[in-house]
Amino acid sequence: MSAFEVEQGKLRTPFWPKTRAFDRLSESHDWKGYASADAYLEGGLEYFAIRNSTGVFDLSPMTKYRISGPDSLAFLDRLVTRDMKKIRPGRVAYAVWCDDQGQVIDDGTIFHLRDGEYRVCSQERHLAWFTAAAIGFDVTIDEETTRVAALAVQGPTSFSVMQNLGLDGIENLKMFGLMHFDFHGEELMVSRTGFTGDLGYELWIAPGKAEALWDALFEAGKFLGIRPIGTYALEMARIEAGYLAPYLEFIPAEETVRTGRSRSPFELGLDWLVDFSKPVFNGRRALADEQRRGSTWRLVKLDIEGNKEAHHSYVYARKGGRMINIGFITSAMWSPVCKQNIALGSVKTPHGKPGDTLWVEIYYQREMHWSRVMAKATVVDGPFWDPPRRRATPPAPA
Amino acid sequence: MADRYDAIIIGAGHNGLVCGALLAKAGKKVLILEAQEQVGGAAITRKFADGFSVSACAHLLYQLQPQVCKDLDLSIDTVADDMATIALDSAGQHLRIRNGAATGLNDSDARQLHAFHKRMARFSELLRTYLNKTPPRLANGTKTDVVTLARLGLDMRRLGRKEMRAFLRLIGMNIYDEVEERFENPLLKGAISLDAVLGTHLGPRSPNTILTYLYRLAGNHGKLSTPTGGMSGVTEALAQRARDSGATLRTSMPVKRIVVDNGRATGVETDNGETFSSWIVASNADPKTTIMQLVTPRYLETGFVRRIDNIRMRGNAAKLHLALDGLPVIKGIDKKDFAERMLIAPDADYVERAFNPAKYGEMSADPVLEITVPSFRDPSLAPTGKHVLSAIVQYAPYGLREGWSDAARDTLMNHAIDKIAAYAPDIRQRIIAAEMLTPADLESEFRIGGGHWHHGELALDAFLFTRPVSGAAQYAMPLDGLYLCGAGTHPGGGISGAAGRNAARAILDREKTT
Ligand SMILES: Cc1cc2nc3c(=O)[nH]c(=O)nc-3n(C[C@H](O)[C@H](O)[C@H](O)COP(=O)(O)OP(=O)(O)OC[C@H]3O[C@@H](n4cnc5c(N)ncnc54)[C@H](O)[C@@H]3O)c2cc1C
Repeated sequence: MSAFEVEQGKLRTPFWPKTRAFDRLSESHDWKGYASADAYLEGGLEYFAIRNSTGVFDLSPMTKYRISGPDSLAFLDRLVTRDMKKIRPGRVAYAVWCDDQGQVIDDGTIFHLRDGEYRVCSQERHLAWFTAAAIGFDVTIDEETTRVAALAVQGPTSFSVMQNLGLDGIENLKMFGLMHFDFHGEELMVSRTGFTGDLGYELWIAPGKAEALWDALFEAGKFLGIRPIGTYALEMARIEAGYLAPYLEFIPAEETVRTGRSRSPFELGLDWLVDFSKPVFNGRRALADEQRRGSTWRLVKLDIEGNKEAHHSYVYARKGGRMINIGFITSAMWSPVCKQNIALGSVKTPHGKPGDTLWVEIYYQREMHWSRVMAKATVVDGPFWDPPRRRATPPAPA
Repeated sequence: MADRYDAIIIGAGHNGLVCGALLAKAGKKVLILEAQEQVGGAAITRKFADGFSVSACAHLLYQLQPQVCKDLDLSIDTVADDMATIALDSAGQHLRIRNGAATGLNDSDARQLHAFHKRMARFSELLRTYLNKTPPRLANGTKTDVVTLARLGLDMRRLGRKEMRAFLRLIGMNIYDEVEERFENPLLKGAISLDAVLGTHLGPRSPNTILTYLYRLAGNHGKLSTPTGGMSGVTEALAQRARDSGATLRTSMPVKRIVVDNGRATGVETDNGETFSSWIVASNADPKTTIMQLVTPRYLETGFVRRIDNIRMRGNAAKLHLALDGLPVIKGIDKKDFAERMLIAPDADYVERAFNPAKYGEMSADPVLEITVPSFRDPSLAPTGKHVLSAIVQYAPYGLREGWSDAARDTLMNHAIDKIAAYAPDIRQRIIAAEMLTPADLESEFRIGGGHWHHGELALDAFLFTRPVSGAAQYAMPLDGLYLCGAGTHPGGGISGAAGRNAARAILDREKTT
């Protein structure tokens, strides 16, 4: 880790006094000023906690905005591409927001905490954009990142952990739902959300109760294989679930300087999030245009032959006996649960329809020497990993 | 059921009238709604004291586009054409300037003035061709866009490579450096500086004041005239053209909001609760007022709203009207000189110093003035033997830190009259009545945001493709059915009619293609 990174990642989350006891590696990276662990003990082990028991990820650095005021719904409805009127109190929506050119600025989750009161969570910061979007609306945007500590509790035994924690009624909580509980006199918000594509919850609490929550959680999970996980494990689960990561699957539109380097929701496979029945939302005019003209890019999920991970690879299509370069891989891994060599990529349309055969040029190094294979890849529809337990309500106890 | 029209124009300023008249002439059923009792917007003649009338805002005509007159078969009666400019000197050694020549200059200045004028004329001629065209879109151009863009390139190239480079270098530069480099005579430097900054929130040392100077020249080669009966002479004639072509014109009808239904403008609602529907709504109000107040941001996308919200609306020009019981005495000024335009801007530094306080929200204690005595040639404006003095007074910042109270207005009036008195010592004894309109007054009386001359600063970042803001420079706003047709759009302010005409053409073109 360079000196610069140490400087950057010097803020500690409220869980740090607890997580440090697990930290055998001292390997972290910067996440908006916070030190975020890559792994605590061993990335692979932590990944298997997500898929086989319960992994706990400290997501406190996640950017959080509290949106309130009489126009909060109108503000959000104009901000994001999907219809926020359908998101009732107690529900959570995955959403993207675009600039006027219909290019994705970021994605995130919007929690309808109480009637007319929302929390927007995203990896990146957006106060400038949200403030501009609030011009003309009676709405308050309160950046509450440091006032809310959060944990993702993910994996097949996570429901039982929640039960052991004494969360009455958690069995009725559906995917993308949220509930409020009392925890030592503080409000604990629990949502059935996550970034792993598995059964899981996210817990939101005031920083003062963070350590107590951690203790209670690990007590509740002590016979259920609970273990803290770092970004490495989460990232593997994220790719298997087919979720997007900013700076990998797309560059936030406001950060691009070259034309054509940003992506629209259509180009990220998020057509289902764009609701043209709304007469106005940011990017609507451009997206309607794009829908008429056709998109330039398409996000593809690839099942690749062999076992060599396709990091940074070019993607080709065969055309009249020639290989033509149509795009590149954005995320790649060998998936232990799927036993598949998988990747996400960005390719030029019309290529990359589900079922299409494409080719991936993989470079790999063995004992200093580099080799290259052209591996056949199939475009798949839907996530690589999507177990029924993810949405079963009530979930099966461990 | 609301009344239906093919097009509704909000505002009967001269641009709204031009736009409405042209649409009506093209066979559209047009409704023009004006908030004031009188049509004309900032181009009107108004009574300000018993027996005395004056062009209440704009007072000199120098930008009216021949294309507008031709399309509407309009000819404007004037009492004065090609007026000279007299740069007043406190010692009476005034400078008389007309068409790139001046009396009382030394040889070097005379030569330089000739060269400067020739050069500016050449560059302003290039600008002039673009006044009457919709600026091209930079990306995703239609065929005409590409042609216009190519023409811009061609015309630029016709200038020659060296001249083109000079042009591109010059338009970002300030007028101060240019006049200081060329001239010795302080009055000349002051006069040119004043022309470059009138109506702006800029001093002669501010960037792109050569562009604003060129813009002023581009209208009609800088030739100054006054219409008979004042500015209403222009706008009443335009209103008549509009009515003759079948447009309905209703005054005292302020529009409260533009009705938006399912993502498009469908009409307007007035203060008195009447609604009128139309698939085309064109606003002559300034862009910021139109978007932020008449439409409201929630019907538009964020990036656009943010750009509109950032339009600089800091008006600095105030208007002084004096009813005089006779012509004042000015050393070195003959009676016939009162037919011309007089300037108080004794040197370039004076103009810059006048601007300094405006940066900090204060008015100039020593303002610059552009003075005319329109009654001298137009007896209809004042009782026999009496006169009207009309002056633009700068700088009087809209955002005055202490706020525009009656006391502040009086202070400004005193500063302006004191300044005139420095040249015309008997002025105070001659005053029968006086009126001072601050930018705040201009805003409330003429509904011009910030009282800004151009409905928004005219600067390199708000010019051609980016006027009023980038992505919306083709008169059509990013709300179906909504257009702008006033000074805030390309090419900018001044009594020119170019914006209104371009907007009408853009509306008709778009109708053809959709
Ligand atoms: C102090 C001053 C001096 C100037 N001097 C000169 C000069 O000497 N020569 C020159 O060429 N230019 C001059 N100008 C600039 C010139 O006056 C303007 O650029 C020009 O008049 C703009 O014309 P317009 O038709 O676009 O807008 P305006 O003349 O502003 O007309 C807009 C019209 O819309 C109406 N309107 C606005 N909102 C509503 C609503 N909600 N409902 C109904 N109606 C509405 C207004 O009442 C107004 O009639 C001067 C400007 C100022 C401020």
